[in-house]
Amino acid sequence: MMRFLLLFSRQGKLRLQKWFTPVTEREKKKVIREMTLMVLARPPRSCNFLLWRDLKIVYKRYASLYFCCGLEDQDNELLTLEVLQRYVELLDKYFGKVCELDIIFNFEKAYFILDEFLVGGEILETSKTAVGTAMEEAETLQETIEEHMSKPTY
Amino acid sequence: MSPSVRLQEMIRVIRGARTQGEERGVIQRECAAIRAQFRQADNGTRSHNLAKLLYVHMLGYPAHFGQMECVRLIASPRYNEKRVGYLGAMMLLDEKQDASLLITNSIKNDLSHSSQYVQSLALCTLACMGSAEMCRDLAPEIDRLLRASNSYIKKKAALCAVHIVRKVPELGELFTPAARSLLSEKNHGVLHGAVVLITELCERNPDTLEQFRKAVPELVQMMKGLVMSGYSPEHNVAGISDPFLQVRILRLLRILGRNNDTASDAMNDLLAQVATNTDSSKTAGSAVLYETVLTVMDIKSESGLRVLAVNILGRFLLNNDRNIRYISMTSLQKIVQTDHNAVQRHRGTIVDCLKDQDASVKRRALELSLALVSAVNIRSLMKELLLFLSSCPPELRAHTTSGIFNAAERYAPSQRWHIDTILHVLTTAGGDVRDETVPNLIQLITTATELHCYTVHKLYRALITDISVQSLVQVACWCIGEYGDLLLRGECEETEPVQVTEDDVLDALETVLQSHMSSPATRGFALTATMKLSTRITHNVDRIRSIVSIYGSCIDVELQQRAVEYNALFKKYDHMRAAVLERMPVIDKSSPGHTNGESTTIKELEPTKLTQEIVLSQEPSNQVCDLLDLLGGSGEPLQPSPSLSSTAPGPASSTAGGDLLDLLGGLDVTPAPPSVTVYEKNGVTLKLQTDRQTDTGMTVTLTATNSTDGDITGLTLQAAVPKSVQLQMKAPSGDVIPAHGLGQVTQTVLLNNPNKVSLKIRVRVCYTSQGSVCQDMVQIDSFPSPAW
Repeated sequence: MMRFLLLFSRQGKLRLQKWFTPVTEREKKKVIREMTLMVLARPPRSCNFLLWRDLKIVYKRYASLYFCCGLEDQDNELLTLEVLQRYVELLDKYFGKVCELDIIFNFEKAYFILDEFLVGGEILETSKTAVGTAMEEAETLQETIEEHMSKPTY
Repeated sequence: MSPSVRLQEMIRVIRGARTQGEERGVIQRECAAIRAQFRQADNGTRSHNLAKLLYVHMLGYPAHFGQMECVRLIASPRYNEKRVGYLGAMMLLDEKQDASLLITNSIKNDLSHSSQYVQSLALCTLACMGSAEMCRDLAPEIDRLLRASNSYIKKKAALCAVHIVRKVPELGELFTPAARSLLSEKNHGVLHGAVVLITELCERNPDTLEQFRKAVPELVQMMKGLVMSGYSPEHNVAGISDPFLQVRILRLLRILGRNNDTASDAMNDLLAQVATNTDSSKTAGSAVLYETVLTVMDIKSESGLRVLAVNILGRFLLNNDRNIRYISMTSLQKIVQTDHNAVQRHRGTIVDCLKDQDASVKRRALELSLALVSAVNIRSLMKELLLFLSSCPPELRAHTTSGIFNAAERYAPSQRWHIDTILHVLTTAGGDVRDETVPNLIQLITTATELHCYTVHKLYRALITDISVQSLVQVACWCIGEYGDLLLRGECEETEPVQVTEDDVLDALETVLQSHMSSPATRGFALTATMKLSTRITHNVDRIRSIVSIYGSCIDVELQQRAVEYNALFKKYDHMRAAVLERMPVIDKSSPGHTNGESTTIKELEPTKLTQEIVLSQEPSNQVCDLLDLLGGSGEPLQPSPSLSSTAPGPASSTAGGDLLDLLGGLDVTPAPPSVTVYEKNGVTLKLQTDRQTDTGMTVTLTATNSTDGDITGLTLQAAVPKSVQLQMKAPSGDVIPAHGLGQVTQTVLLNNPNKVSLKIRVRVCYTSQGSVCQDMVQIDSFPSPAW
């Protein structure tokens, strides 16, 4: 299973963090710091795999964002690259030509999309279209309620 | 102004802050406002306030006061509030917080909500941060959802079940029937979840594993369907149909086929098909092939299939993509022990990867190259390794040097080659070698008697070039002290001899003594070497006398002591000097750590990675130190040196020559240690014997005998020790104990107790006697000879 997924910018600012095991706040900060240092120090065109403690770290850079995740021993690193690619594609489909600012200003949407794709450190849905459909339907549900809220009461 | 703009407005303001202090100020103001809002009654903006808080939390600021708000929002009937509430719960609450228990009831209610999106929120949150108690409470609900719901919920329930099984393994039995039936679903998301769940169940429970072996044909069919199916736009990734599902199925097949011939046979054809038909030009295909190779190597596959798998790895090695080369080497590392010859074929490419720019690839290539060293290829491979050493990144140097030494130790084609190799390493990377290198090299040099002349010439040349590498300088000093006469003779068969005078040699040693680069240990070596030369040179003995007397008032206590003792040797004991400073006899390499510890059969209760490191015991260094401190132990008037090791030399006899021999004899004697019976049952007796104690290391020998009428088979011994003690089990002499006490099985265990804790060892004995398997545990708290 995936232990964690982090998104951070080239300056080391965290944009998204998802932890799939219980971790204390202090430990989280430590891991984030170490990941940021390790990944940002890698020269371009390096191998995308690292070893850290007892985990395999897979990272990929998309424009100004680094996607970094920690895997257990049995997980397939090459497949994880595909997982990261799929997540970026989902974000792209939802936001329309996604960029870092989209993820900054709409971070909760990024989390919602992630939760339709990965759950408990494992892939939930392998179809490209199903995640997008679920997000749309959830949005309609949300709007309905907001409309309901904004209706005048008599 | 709509609330969500307020959130984005806040983000903009925070980002606009120019300094850290300004940002902190903005955030403090916002947090105060949020706190105030939380205290107010419901005003329709709660979810947005929580969202703001979550943003602040992501920047690294404390947000614990939002925990109760999460609980409140989750209980709200409105979907958007629930959504943000659950998101907050996943970010702020974990099983360690007390507040997490409060949401159990809400989750329970939401699991039966009429809207599937609310159900899915609850499922997702439970799967992300559900504690063991929550899992126990809600497991029956999840089981219900696994059976009777739509596929959107089923797939989420499946992964929720996976989380529950991880947290509370006993609940696995609850989900087994549902998991089985999920395999007949059509929806890929549900199938994927089902395969993950079954994998988790099988990994934890061997009975479940047995049960699911019957599902192998079904899984094979499923996989075939994916591989042969036409283009499906929904699941297609670079020409592969649903690689995510394919990889998970392969992983499950691996677990089911392990150690089982029938299951492995059933999947042979499929694996061959996948291996040949999958297009590996893109990462997705390579990922599937990689998983296939791992599966083939792990199950009981036929040899043709194994060859196919290794060839795939070979192809990967030549791929332009660094990731694929890295993966290939990782896999080859796993199989290098079992399929050694197959991997040897790719040695050339692996060695080329040593020159790659990437640090990860270099590391993998190094590990693999070291694993591939054999008697046949040692010369060519060592050239490559030495070349690598000269340009390797600093974090790999220590590992490289120790790997080179191990390889040289095991496969050196000649002593001269061995000595040359070690000297080369010391000149290139002398700062990164282990401490035992110096005594080991000295021991090696003494054994190579024909090469003394050659060695001392080489070392002398190295010494006058550069005195910064401590290990090299120490060995050089020792050699010059020992074989200085050969150096001065000016003739050598193996190499161009140097023409030096006694003054030149003494100059070199004095340079080392006086240089600020030399460590105290090195200076000790140099001083002793100078002293030894007093019997090997003829003209400049006075110079040596003066050097020695100068150092009699050196600040360094060790040097001062040595100098004073050598002075005494000149003055009062001149008649003994020649005998004391005589040529050393060959040092015996007699400790168990020097025999090759083949790593294939090492079994320990603590898991270890396969490494090639030989445990070098402390014996040689103790012996060398003892011998160097001969002067300390020989006569009564001389003060005993503080660095005498625990194996004290025997009492000195009266004659000078006899002194030397007795001391050496005393060092080697250790009385035969007593053996203690620690286990006696069913006719099997296990005895324990300790010997060769050094400061922190001990060798324990376990001997098993059998007095029954039938042979004992399948004998395995496992040992566990307290945490700070290091344990290494050597390969047992066998696993069958012949009947009637006709034979025995021995196994050696090396212990290292650096913290000197009280030593206990627990041994688990497993064996098959007269058809039945027996397993026993024995704890040994006291040892035959005083340990520490």
